Amino acid sequence: MGSVARIILQRLVLGLLTLLVVSIVIFTAVNMLPGDFAQAILGQGATPEAVDAIRKDLGLDQPLVVRYFDWLAGALRGDMGSSFAQANFASFVGAEAGERVTVLDQIAPRFSNTMFLATVTAAIAVPISLFLGVLAALYRNSVFDRAANIFTLTSISSPEFFLAYILILFLAVLNPVLPSLSNIFEGMTFADRLEKTLLPALTLTLVVTAHMMRMTRAAIINLLASPYIEMARLKGISPMRVIVRHALPNALAPIINVVALNLAYLITGVVVIEVVFVYPGIGQLFVDSVKIRDIPVVQACCLIFAAAYILLNLMADILSILSNPRLRHPK
Amino acid sequence: MADRDILVKVRNLYLEGRSDETWIPIINGASFDLRRGEVLGLIGESGAGKSTLGLAAMGFTRDGVRITSGKVLFDGVDLINASAAVKRELLGRRIAYVAQSAAASFNPAHKLIDQHTEAPVQHRVSSRIDSERDAMELYEKLRLPDPEHIGFRYPHQVSGGQLQRAMTAMAMSCRPDLIIFDEPTTALDVTTQIEVLASIRDIVSQFDTAAIYITHDLAVVAQMADRIKVMLKGDEVEESDTRTMLASPTQDYTKSLWAVRSFQRPQKPPPPAGAVPVVSVKNVTAAYGRVKVLHDITFDIHAGRTVAVVGESGSGKSTAARVITGLLPPLEGVVEFEGEPMPGDYRKRTKMQLRQAQMIYQMADTALNPRKTIGEIIGRPVEFYMGLKGQEKRERVKELLREIELEPDQFIDRLPSELSGGQKQRVGIARALAAEPKFIICDEVTSALDQLVAEGILRLLAKLQDELGLSYMFITHDLATVRSIADEVVVMKDGRVVEQGPKTEMFRPPHHPYTDLLLSSVPEMDPDWLTNLLAERGVDNIGDAAVGNM
Amino acid sequence: MIFESPYDNVFGDLIEAFGVFAVILAVLALFTFAGFLLRGIGSAFDSRGETFDEMPLFLASLLAVLIVASLTLLWSAFIGGRDTLRFLILLIAAIAAFGWLFRWAGQRLTNNAPRFRDMPYGVSFGYVLAAVVLIWSVWFYFQPVVTEQGTPRASVVFFRWAIQGLLIAAVLGTGFKELGKRVGPGWSRKLFRTMPLTASFGILVIIAYAIVAIFAPLIAPYGQEQVLGAANVVPGGNPALGGNPEFPLGTDQIGRDILSRLIYGAQNTVGIAFATTLLAFFIGASLGFLAATLGGWLDQLVSRAVDVLMAIPSLIFALLLMTIASVWAPRLGIPLTVFMVVIIAVIDSTRVYRLARAVGLNIVVMDYIEAAKLRGEGLTYLIFKEILPNATAPLLAEFGLRFCFVFLTIAALSFLGVGIQPPLADWGTMVRDMAAFINFAPFAPQAAITPLLAAGAIALLTVAVNFVVDWMLHKSSGLKE
Repeated sequence: MGSVARIILQRLVLGLLTLLVVSIVIFTAVNMLPGDFAQAILGQGATPEAVDAIRKDLGLDQPLVVRYFDWLAGALRGDMGSSFAQANFASFVGAEAGERVTVLDQIAPRFSNTMFLATVTAAIAVPISLFLGVLAALYRNSVFDRAANIFTLTSISSPEFFLAYILILFLAVLNPVLPSLSNIFEGMTFADRLEKTLLPALTLTLVVTAHMMRMTRAAIINLLASPYIEMARLKGISPMRVIVRHALPNALAPIINVVALNLAYLITGVVVIEVVFVYPGIGQLFVDSVKIRDIPVVQACCLIFAAAYILLNLMADILSILSNPRLRHPK
Repeated sequence: MADRDILVKVRNLYLEGRSDETWIPIINGASFDLRRGEVLGLIGESGAGKSTLGLAAMGFTRDGVRITSGKVLFDGVDLINASAAVKRELLGRRIAYVAQSAAASFNPAHKLIDQHTEAPVQHRVSSRIDSERDAMELYEKLRLPDPEHIGFRYPHQVSGGQLQRAMTAMAMSCRPDLIIFDEPTTALDVTTQIEVLASIRDIVSQFDTAAIYITHDLAVVAQMADRIKVMLKGDEVEESDTRTMLASPTQDYTKSLWAVRSFQRPQKPPPPAGAVPVVSVKNVTAAYGRVKVLHDITFDIHAGRTVAVVGESGSGKSTAARVITGLLPPLEGVVEFEGEPMPGDYRKRTKMQLRQAQMIYQMADTALNPRKTIGEIIGRPVEFYMGLKGQEKRERVKELLREIELEPDQFIDRLPSELSGGQKQRVGIARALAAEPKFIICDEVTSALDQLVAEGILRLLAKLQDELGLSYMFITHDLATVRSIADEVVVMKDGRVVEQGPKTEMFRPPHHPYTDLLLSSVPEMDPDWLTNLLAERGVDNIGDAAVGNM
Repeated sequence: MIFESPYDNVFGDLIEAFGVFAVILAVLALFTFAGFLLRGIGSAFDSRGETFDEMPLFLASLLAVLIVASLTLLWSAFIGGRDTLRFLILLIAAIAAFGWLFRWAGQRLTNNAPRFRDMPYGVSFGYVLAAVVLIWSVWFYFQPVVTEQGTPRASVVFFRWAIQGLLIAAVLGTGFKELGKRVGPGWSRKLFRTMPLTASFGILVIIAYAIVAIFAPLIAPYGQEQVLGAANVVPGGNPALGGNPEFPLGTDQIGRDILSRLIYGAQNTVGIAFATTLLAFFIGASLGFLAATLGGWLDQLVSRAVDVLMAIPSLIFALLLMTIASVWAPRLGIPLTVFMVVIIAVIDSTRVYRLARAVGLNIVVMDYIEAAKLRGEGLTYLIFKEILPNATAPLLAEFGLRFCFVFLTIAALSFLGVGIQPPLADWGTMVRDMAAFINFAPFAPQAAITPLLAAGAIALLTVAVNFVVDWMLHKSSGLKE
């Protein structure tokens, strides 16, 4: 087996292991709640018999370890359990009272909405930030670079909701170009959906682009200072070719890392943005569930966020291993 | 040579470099002519501006450097006022560059041959196929192993000396009129260096290429250059043809450079029979993890003597020092101090044992805590071992500063960053002396310093030895240093002691073949040395090739 | 819609039929294939330059994407009849032409001076673009604030405020820098001389916030929980526009003075964030340095634990733990804010640990540490006398960044309703409570500004800290060269 394959396998196993430990952490954290789920589901006025019945039904009379493995096995099959919304807030999700609402029912549509938002953001942000980052690195210390530095620092350090409201003010309220509320529903056309998603996507783009651009700039400047770039220039190679042929192949690893890191950041950033724009994504579901303490949903959302985060980092890791000539062509 | 036409004409060139928002001069009015086929040696210590001048002769300045006035004419083209496009047309095609570190100057993402053919193809000098064939021929001329295939490797798959030759081949790819060699062998071991030198000299004369050869090593430049130009802190010192320059330098600075290599202290008589050595390394085997790096090492260091441990990089000489200090406990064997075995791990040694063996490091920059004043650095061992405090401690520190020839009141409250390299190294010596040890390990203490400064350090160490009766273990790769200061020599290779004995014996035949090779690979000031050596040993029996034959 | 694409229905139908992911994958594959084709065609036509020959596939695909995108835009503008888009495209084309003209004129007028001779086209395009933006800004700034019908032109009003804000910031920064250059001890004067304007502005803002936070009860005209009768007073203090000079920034829905709440918010929000950062640093830095110096099992144990904690996105983890804490807090009688401080400190200490350990490891390999170890020095001496003094610069910079991060996390939690609890005045909560005002912007710009004031107060501080940290990092990296 080649050394690259071995390293990648190692990373994969490590990633899976991390995910497993994270699931334990999440499960334990949730079980640190006082009282138990059965009481929470039925509310304070429930009879002890009813509580016992539900407890048995949900397997809450089992020891913690058994419950963890049940939960994990369920999660692997895609069954995250039932939402508390069943008892308390059934009308909230449009279900009949008493009807069983599974966590999956709640999460699935939201998840694809969030992925749509993230994809649109990435599609706008990645090319723009790479382009601007390379440009800033090439003309470093110029007026353009300094202005870009101030602008990106400002948008990185501002809270997401500040940027969101500024964009709403200018693009939705003062010049009604885009809708300020993202009313997404089944069966809308692609263009319609895109239009509704554009404002949250632009806000996220603003934050992520700033990050990515700065990191790309730093990576490229670092690279341009290396002796082999000077050597290429001393060979009389055109500036364009120096960038494309000599800098880019070596910049791949850092750039992949930058992109992955920021896509992972999108996951956290998306929570606040979804709340501002009332975008029906998983982040909003998460915040709502936190407020009504719908524990199974919180738990599942957490696991999904963590899994996406770990997966992205893992992918970046593997891609940058693959782009390293030292590892691809061992001695 | 004098009848050929002038290729490069540099007149009154002034360059400045930026530091903290202000511009400070780097080169103050350099002028020289270079004729076709001629090799000019640029020599000077660090900070002399020789690399900057070499690059300026290509019409190139690094970031943060600018040409303020002067002229650079290359074959009639004014390089300073030429447009970027005109300069690009010349660079790579008619002017080429060979950098100091080939490992860093080859692009890690592309094969050697793809980088080789880039300039000819981009400059439309030849097609890719022709250029590839030419590359293989050049590789063969430069005596690279397996010239047909070596080009298809990536830079990290090829050794340092081979990369340096591949880079020379790359510079030759368009058959330029001029090549700038910027310290091409500085980072290499002596046995590797000699092969590279021989190849470069050969190919430059074969293609009748003019060259500027930049180096700080006099003996190297004596082999390579037709003419030598000496630089000091951006100023020209003198310039004349190589033989004249070596035989009769006119300027004081040049003379002092030439005199450096003459310092030699007399060898001490052998220790009396039955004397207990200060430090005795007995049958030591040591390993990093599972990789054994020392195999059954044995040597003694007697009171008041200097033992030089010589070897190339990777020979295990620094590891031996780590075993003696206790940083790397040995797998087998023992280190004795005055006949008493010491624990292998420094953490198990007594304060007394730790005090008796001190160390001076190669890089004074990393050996002194940048946040502490000189007084604190030297004062700490005084306080720690001797228990002196307050005024007593300060007096002792001043005394130590006087011993290392630094003015106490001027230096005691300074930070390391306010000192020059040589002064920092002296503070390192004072810190070792503060423990009042019997034995000091000097790990390549002079290799990061300029030759004049290094000589001062060697003289100081010799003086201290005479005054205090210290024993030194002197780790070095530089045989000139061995000649000037050692009493006994231990030659190491691949973690084994190859040969050991008194210095006078070591420098007189018969030697172990490796010692012989090591000794014969050190360039000498004689301009005919390389020619004679090649005639004597043959091109295939020098340097690493000879190691392979052993 | 500003934009209409010829693919609208095609995509809609496809997505309906195959789902979003299948379509995305198919599009990606299509573009990769297009890139492949493009490269092939290119290299067939360009036999010498090898520009296409050695082009990586992803670049070629990107090129294909660009071509398709620009064709779509052109279609939408000229055939689809999108006037705004057509105007934009024509504008860019005009700027492109002027860019070429500018360089050409420059070369002619200066007799081919190196500045114009070696100027890439992109740079001259940039100059013309910047000039156009500048001219437009000046023109827009001097537009009348009120239309002929008497309705306010809110866009102009907000634009003027933004420009005035920038100018005030620049003036304050310059003034503070000039002051610093002249007053104070030698070292600080020297520091101010080399400082960029952004950093001096940042320092000024940080000092101002610190003063406001510490002396909040003295500065604020009213108490933070004081209900003053008049609700929803518009900021600006102009009675004609619904303001009241007694409440220069107006009052909120239940009649509390917004200025006072903003001032108290400095104390609450900044104070809590500062305490949290200190705690995070105490935990993270001490563990980090211990791990770096001792190594071995302690290092392994803590590092793996930190890996796991860092594998959960921090805001998500904080929200999860806050849910649990919100149940425990009333039972234990401990304020939820205390839980929040501890939770965020622990989550953030993992980042501090990483940095402290990395910085520590860099220092531990230095020869002076080896010398100290061989001297027989103990662990306390090593950490406090040898390592820590050399780690202050990166740690200080990290403190600034961490503070921003903690501050933003707390603001986000409060904004989401699970952070600092009322009735304490807090900026994040204020933004959430007053967010709806933003819709009044077209007819009452003064009223719409209230939620932005609180959000701006958060942004201003984090931006200021980041400006200073950026300068510090730049300075320390510059010294290495």
